[in-house]
Amino acid sequence: MTDKALPAEKAADVVVPRAKFRLANGYITALSLIVVGTVWELAGPGMNPLFGSYPSAIWKAGVRMAETGELMKAIISSLQPFAAGYLLAMIVGIPLGLLIGRYRTVEAALGIYITAGYAMPLVALVPLFMLWFGLGFTVKMAIIFTLSIFPICINTWEGVRAVPKTQIEVGTSFVASPLAILWKIVLPATLPYIVAGLKLAIGKAVIAMVVAEFFTAISGLGGIIINTANQFDTAAMFVPVIILMVMAVGLTSLVGWLERRIAPWQTEISGREAA
Amino acid sequence: MAPMAEVVLKDVVKTFVLQVGGQAQLVNALKGVSFSVRPGEIVALTGPSGCGKTTALRIIMGLESASAGEVRVAGKHVQGCGHDRGMVFQHAELLPWRTALGNVKFGLEMKGLRGKELTERAESYLELVGLKESMGRRPHQLSGGMKQRVGIARALAIDPAVLLMDEPFGALDAQTREVLQAELLSIHAKTGKTIIFVTHDLDEAVLLADRVVLMTKGEVQDIIDINLPRPRPRGDVVAVRAHDEFVQKRYLIWKALHAGAISSVLH
Repeated sequence: MTDKALPAEKAADVVVPRAKFRLANGYITALSLIVVGTVWELAGPGMNPLFGSYPSAIWKAGVRMAETGELMKAIISSLQPFAAGYLLAMIVGIPLGLLIGRYRTVEAALGIYITAGYAMPLVALVPLFMLWFGLGFTVKMAIIFTLSIFPICINTWEGVRAVPKTQIEVGTSFVASPLAILWKIVLPATLPYIVAGLKLAIGKAVIAMVVAEFFTAISGLGGIIINTANQFDTAAMFVPVIILMVMAVGLTSLVGWLERRIAPWQTEISGREAA
Repeated sequence: MAPMAEVVLKDVVKTFVLQVGGQAQLVNALKGVSFSVRPGEIVALTGPSGCGKTTALRIIMGLESASAGEVRVAGKHVQGCGHDRGMVFQHAELLPWRTALGNVKFGLEMKGLRGKELTERAESYLELVGLKESMGRRPHQLSGGMKQRVGIARALAIDPAVLLMDEPFGALDAQTREVLQAELLSIHAKTGKTIIFVTHDLDEAVLLADRVVLMTKGEVQDIIDINLPRPRPRGDVVAVRAHDEFVQKRYLIWKALHAGAISSVLH
């Protein structure tokens, strides 16, 4: 019983530098934002306001839009179909990916649609979607769902294929049922891949949301982009664009935070904090 | 406690189809292997790599099926895996998302245990392998030796009649290996389980086993009795190495294994 019981302090030592490392990375990101913002702010005003804008002008436009309540209304109107479509893509995409990855027959029957769907030029299908779902909430949700389900499903599928055979054999040797193997071995082993898929899907869903708002009933943040662009109000046009980017970054770190909560072993093993 | 069980292999044949450069090749991994293991006995399967020792073990476990012949455990024909056999894998194969305790619980959960009984049983087996203090750690926070202890506890916890081990100490450093070998002997003394283990380490085979099944090219070449006293000195397996029987049997097996290799070099 002599072999290596690491004292508890040892384990604590490992945590400290990582926390420092994380803080240092935060500073680097902040510094990078300041540098890029400053350069943009200094170079921007020299440009024709039609062709570009700069941070302080965008900020002013943003404040103006916030004061009228127009901005908040747009954000809420965009977020509703976004949340509904994305969550639905999760609910359908993850189990579908698990089944395709786990069962050869399902893979042979459905895999080809997932691979093809991932590369589908969605914009081309929007007019058809409008015929099916109209111009309201449903069509927006459907477009967001369609674009985000594929990265979620493909990643889950790929993750299942990467589960080591020996881990499945552990289940088999302890007489686990197919359902127990799926639930207690395949799903946890696949979690890192699922999270990667969820992160990719956020970007796709944001694009889908804007596309939907451009082409169906003009509304939400995408609607503001179209209207301000038509009025050649470039500074105002940048407001929703930046909000969308901030939203994507925020949601991605939310998924990362969730990953650390649900699957702490993953970041511990790789020694990297999830983005 | 589950009764100790006899394991019988009768004319077990295993053929694989291997895809080599687009061509299907037939590989005869086992060509009619027969041996039996008495209840409570420790038997080592050894031989050069590719001799079929691991395949034989996997067939006993039920992870693979025999192409012909039969395996019986306690008189029952083996078809697939069962709770009467517990497997210890070469690299422990712990589930990385579960703690040491969670990993030991896994087999018990599959056996249908729930609640307090599940936790108590898992804890008592972690205690048996000396890891009660580390039960909250995940596999990446455990050393190689500790991982394999958890692997052993996980297999023993379901109280199998036969413990099967696939090169359980092969991936460990020499010191840790000796500690775990001694520990396995003490676990055997406590539980009296029938143990079949695969090893390529002759010392380990002679040190631990009552009998060594020597395999070459998918066949049993010889079965050698090791008449070392039991219980073998615990904590100091090195002492066994000085025993005449150890020296003689180790040499005998070494000679048998190398006879083919040496004669082919000389002639």
